[in-house]
Amino acid sequence: MKFKKLLAGTGIALALATGAFAQDKTTVGFVYVGPVGDGGWTYEHDKGRQAVEAHFGDAVETVFVESVPEGPDAERVITQMALQGADLIFTTSFGYMDATINVAERFPDVKFEHATGYKTADNVAIYNARFYEGRAIQGHIAGQMTQSNIVGYIGSYPIPEVIQGINSAFIHAREVNPDVEFRVVWAYTWFDPAKEAEAATVLIEQGADVILQHTDSTAPQAAAQAAGNVVTFGQASDMSEFAPFPRVSSIIDDWAPYYVARTQAVIDGTWESSDTWDGIPQGMVSIGEITEAVPAEVKASAEAMIEAIRAGEYHPFTGPLNRQDGSVWLAEGETASDGDLLGMNFYVEGLTGDIPQ
Amino acid sequence: MDLSAINPILLLASLMVAATPILLAAIGELVVERAGVLNLGVEGMMITGAVCGFIVTINAGSPLLGFAGAAIGGALLALVFGVLTQVLLSNQVATGLALTLFGLGFAALLGQGYIGIKAPVIPKWPVPVLSDIPVIGPILFNHDPVVYLGIAIIAGVWAFLRYSRAGLILRAVGENHDAAHALGYHVIRVRLLAIMFGGACAGLGGAYLSLVRVPQWTEGLTAGAGWIALAIVVFASWRPWRLLLGAYLFGGVTVLQLNLQAAGMAIPVAYLSMAPYLATILVLVMMRAGRAPGSLAQSFHASR
Amino acid sequence: MIRLEKRTAPSRFWTYAAPLLAVVLTMVCGALLFAALGKDPFETIRTIFWDPLFSEFSWYYRPQLLIKAAPLVLIAIGLSFGFRAGVWNIGAEGQYILGAICGAAVGLAFYPTESPFIFPLMVMAGALGGWAWAMIPGFLRVRFGTNEILVSLMLVYVAQSLLASMALGALRNPDASGFPGSRNLARYPSATSWINESAGLHWGVVFALIAVIFAYITLSRHIFGFHVRLSGQSPRAARFAGVNPGLLVLICMAISGALAGLAGLFEVAGPSGLISIDFNAGYGFTAIIVAFLGRLHPVGILLAAGLMALTYIGGEIAQSNLRLPAAAIQVLQGMLLFFLLAVDVLTHYRIRLTARGVA
Repeated sequence: MKFKKLLAGTGIALALATGAFAQDKTTVGFVYVGPVGDGGWTYEHDKGRQAVEAHFGDAVETVFVESVPEGPDAERVITQMALQGADLIFTTSFGYMDATINVAERFPDVKFEHATGYKTADNVAIYNARFYEGRAIQGHIAGQMTQSNIVGYIGSYPIPEVIQGINSAFIHAREVNPDVEFRVVWAYTWFDPAKEAEAATVLIEQGADVILQHTDSTAPQAAAQAAGNVVTFGQASDMSEFAPFPRVSSIIDDWAPYYVARTQAVIDGTWESSDTWDGIPQGMVSIGEITEAVPAEVKASAEAMIEAIRAGEYHPFTGPLNRQDGSVWLAEGETASDGDLLGMNFYVEGLTGDIPQ
Repeated sequence: MDLSAINPILLLASLMVAATPILLAAIGELVVERAGVLNLGVEGMMITGAVCGFIVTINAGSPLLGFAGAAIGGALLALVFGVLTQVLLSNQVATGLALTLFGLGFAALLGQGYIGIKAPVIPKWPVPVLSDIPVIGPILFNHDPVVYLGIAIIAGVWAFLRYSRAGLILRAVGENHDAAHALGYHVIRVRLLAIMFGGACAGLGGAYLSLVRVPQWTEGLTAGAGWIALAIVVFASWRPWRLLLGAYLFGGVTVLQLNLQAAGMAIPVAYLSMAPYLATILVLVMMRAGRAPGSLAQSFHASR
Repeated sequence: MIRLEKRTAPSRFWTYAAPLLAVVLTMVCGALLFAALGKDPFETIRTIFWDPLFSEFSWYYRPQLLIKAAPLVLIAIGLSFGFRAGVWNIGAEGQYILGAICGAAVGLAFYPTESPFIFPLMVMAGALGGWAWAMIPGFLRVRFGTNEILVSLMLVYVAQSLLASMALGALRNPDASGFPGSRNLARYPSATSWINESAGLHWGVVFALIAVIFAYITLSRHIFGFHVRLSGQSPRAARFAGVNPGLLVLICMAISGALAGLAGLFEVAGPSGLISIDFNAGYGFTAIIVAFLGRLHPVGILLAAGLMALTYIGGEIAQSNLRLPAAAIQVLQGMLLFFLLAVDVLTHYRIRLTARGVA
């Protein structure tokens, strides 16, 4: 164990040494789970990286490695970035959690930021976006756009983040349309165009005329377009190629403001470990343009809801809300705690079907 | 649960579409394997076809030229495999796996400037009169042209293998390359042509994803479709028409489980998605007569 | 007209020279590719092939080479027996997954008790899991004559589905509030395969080296190694020599399955740490290529795995330092494999130039 400490010590010394070479420049590293050309999750993180470069110009240098498998490869890539003198490293996938914590133990002077996880340390911050706020807007529009009263929802994996989205969309669709029903299918993938297209087609055939997706490819958009009168929403990126119809709006992950702010904090020496869960108010979740295919009054009320969330006046999970089995979850006026949301493993009342276990 | 929401006609019609990319890739691989060559690089050829088709379509504005470009791109990549395994006698399994690795990287490099662009829509081609027949019409005759092309290629391959002299030679080469060589057939030439045909078909299958199904270019677009195509060839025990059945079974299990989910039925998705592969193994065990071509995956060198 | 003529014995010169030639050819073509992408070709090649071994931070990268190469060596050694005997197990990826699932399940079942017996039990469970998965294609071939290439490949897909359902279901970490993935075994002292993490040393590395030595002795000194080679070269002759072909198939499948299972167990209990939805990173398939690059020879496999690991690690450095796209590394690896496979022809064949029409 002594040997291990010794090596780790050398690592830090060397990291500091290289850091000293480029004293005037702050280096920010990004580790991506997919290729930057995936047009979805990684693509949006890379746009955030580019924003950092554009904002700071010569004062900051960014480095990135794409398509890094979760596990030992991730740990190596993160270590390598730390060794090469990165001051701040963003690891942008849930599966990098343990690797990030491990590397952070060895490099106490480097700052780490892990996306979508739940483990923090003195030099590890975590950040995630409140996608469910965007889902509320989608549900609000979807509930009013549907003619058949059937909304299809393509889930990826049955994990809290996805379940939050389904519940949020459903609550706000029901609010404006008491007859609306949700049909949920689990694709068990984040990205598989063929399967996503099939899932969308299946939902359309079963009568859905609005498709919400929590997977990253544009295949459901194309399937909806082929079907004709089916409404969709962009996911992860704007997917504006399919606007104004079928794509009538979108949830965009906008990491740029956060990345710029955290880089600034490192430059100023004010960086502290934190647990950030930002949404529409901070601009981490933004709503893509609501197109003219949406009736003006629906668009106006949707925009009012966006503003209310932005101003902090409205929480999408506000009681009274019951669980699927009818038991009370939130009393009148009560809002959901973050802890409840982060571990969410139940549907709200009105949704049919079971969450696969 | 509401099973009545499942419309069998629409289900079958969407199966036709869902099966098309794997069907195209699989029929190509079938010919390759009947010639005695195992090319595990289908995924690499598919994605290369997908990107080539997309680039040509965007630049030339014509999906028709795009599909032609995809076929050429797939065939050229397959030729690399052909030269390595047939002329330089490298191991087919290892070369095929290397081809997948190379193809995935190569396609990503080619497609760098094409992310976020949408391909022009390819209209459906309802067959006149026939598409108006109830039930059968919407299932069979109301699709885009590539769906028909896929079935036409299967029919063509079936007729070629069964009735033509060239098909007989190809099968002879696949069953026993030494005997075929002794009879004076050009084993390597036949195999190279088969490999290129396989690459062209895989390219078409990939282009169907990037031009019709998605229709966009993104890295990793094929997401394992090439591997499913390999499984279907085995399931079909190397017979063209059974391939159709296999593609519908593999596509059908996915479509069916999604349908059941959407109808509100709780099903163990992971176990259901294993089913087609287990069925394939069962088919392999039961059909000992329909076993693999005799010279499959063996290198051939004419020692005179 | 160029013609190939089979050598009576493999050329000693080309056995050693051909791989070097392939690496040089790859560097030349790679340099052209990098230049076309607007990168400095010399710097890029140096970054990929030289920096992991002899740069400022090579004290960190060298142990990483061990971590990356160990599973490849372990799996490829197992496969090489079968490949020599004409038994084509290409489903090592599935056996790797099953080894990891079974081994991890045993470890997780004991959590959080500490005992020196837990890790050995996990090792056994891992080997058994891989072995059992490999026995399916082995048994089907012996009993029903089914093609083991295809059955073992199908079982990879089945294993992947099983892995996803385990990560989301039975093996999920109960303390992770619904997030997929198991507990971290690397942080469970009785279950971890790490011996010394910063030196890159875990039991998988030790077993890989033992496997190389074991394979070397078996293949060159033991009667079983002779039977394996004979069966590959001439199944008829092997039968006359008293080889039971069915038994040989089963033994080859058993060795490759058990070693792949072990590789999976060591990976999940150490470098990877946990069972996740896509825990398998393609080692089982890469190992097939490694086995062939190493010419199915234990020492060759060791070198080939090292070379592959080098391109992975060097490629990552080139990505972050030089902004080379990951795809360019894949293309480089693909070219390296193509060239290595292509030049092997020089070892076994003589190239003759003959006048057109004479041949």
